[in-house]
Amino acid sequence: MSSLKRRRGAARERPRPRLRVRSAVPADLAQVIAIDARATGLAKPEYWAGILRRYGRRGARRRFLVAEAGARIVGYLVGEVRDWEFGSPPCGWVFGIGVRPDEREAGIGAALLEAITANFRRLGVATVRTLIARDNQLVLSFFRSQGLMAAPVIPLEKDIG
Amino acid sequence: MRLQKNTLLALYSVLEFAAQPGSQLSVAGIAASLRASPHHLAKVLRTLGRAGLVDSVRGARGGYRFAGNARRVTLMDVIGLFEDIGAPPPRARRGRRPAELALEEVLTEIDDTARATFGSVTLDTMLKLIGRRDGRG
Repeated sequence: MSSLKRRRGAARERPRPRLRVRSAVPADLAQVIAIDARATGLAKPEYWAGILRRYGRRGARRRFLVAEAGARIVGYLVGEVRDWEFGSPPCGWVFGIGVRPDEREAGIGAALLEAITANFRRLGVATVRTLIARDNQLVLSFFRSQGLMAAPVIPLEKDIG
Repeated sequence: MRLQKNTLLALYSVLEFAAQPGSQLSVAGIAASLRASPHHLAKVLRTLGRAGLVDSVRGARGGYRFAGNARRVTLMDVIGLFEDIGAPPPRARRGRRPAELALEEVLTEIDDTARATFGSVTLDTMLKLIGRRDGRG
C-alpha cells in the first residue's frame, strides 16, 4: 500500500465529531468569514456582520445556520422565505452556503440544506430555490445532487457600468 | 436540445454501468436492454473505455465494467466524448450582418446554459433522478 493510500485510509477511519446544525451566534462569525473567504478569495467581515444582524436571530423566516463538528464550524447556510417575488408564491431561498474544503463530501451541505428545508416546510413553503453562477460547478453539482432542478425563471442582467 | 444517437447510447450505457458498479456487463446484454445494435454499441463502449469510464474484460465471457467515479463524472464528460455542444468555429465579426451577430449572441447564451446544466449533473445525481422517476427515490 502506498503512503498516499495509507494517509487517505487513515483520514477515512478517523472518527468524526458529531455534526450539529444550529443558528449562528456572534462567536461563529470569524470561522464563517474564513470559510467564505477561502471559497471566494475575498474576506467580507462587514457583510457577514450584517447577515448575522438580520438573519442570526431565531426568526422563523430568516435563518443563518452553521454546522458544528466538535468546537469547529465546518459549514454555514443562509436563507429566507420571500413572498410574491415577481409573482412567485412564497418560496424558500438559499442564498449563501459554504463548507470547509477539507470537510466536503461528508454530508455537511446536505445536513444544512435539510435543516433549512424542514424550516421552510414548517412555514408552509413548498419550494426551495437558489441562484448559482453558471461556472460554479462545485456548488451547482451539490444542489443538483440534492434534487434541485432548473426553476421556471430566467435570471437577467445588464451591464450598466 | 437534441443529442446525437451515439451520445445518447453512451449516456444510457454508462448509466447502466454506474448503476451496477463492479458488475461486468456484456455488450450483447446492454445492447438488448437499449435496443441497439451490438456492433454500434461496441464502438461507443470503446470510446468510453479510452476515456477511462469503463474497463473492458477480455475472454469468452468478457464485457465491460464501470471504471469511473459516479460522484465526479458529469453528463458533459460523456457528451463531450461524442459531440461539441454549441462550439461553432470562431468567425470574424467583420463583414457579418448585425442580425447574424445578434442571433449568434442569443444562441451562445443557450449553449452556455446547456453546457452548465450538463456539467453540473453527475452520474450519481442522474441515478437518484432515475430512482425518483421510477418511484424508488
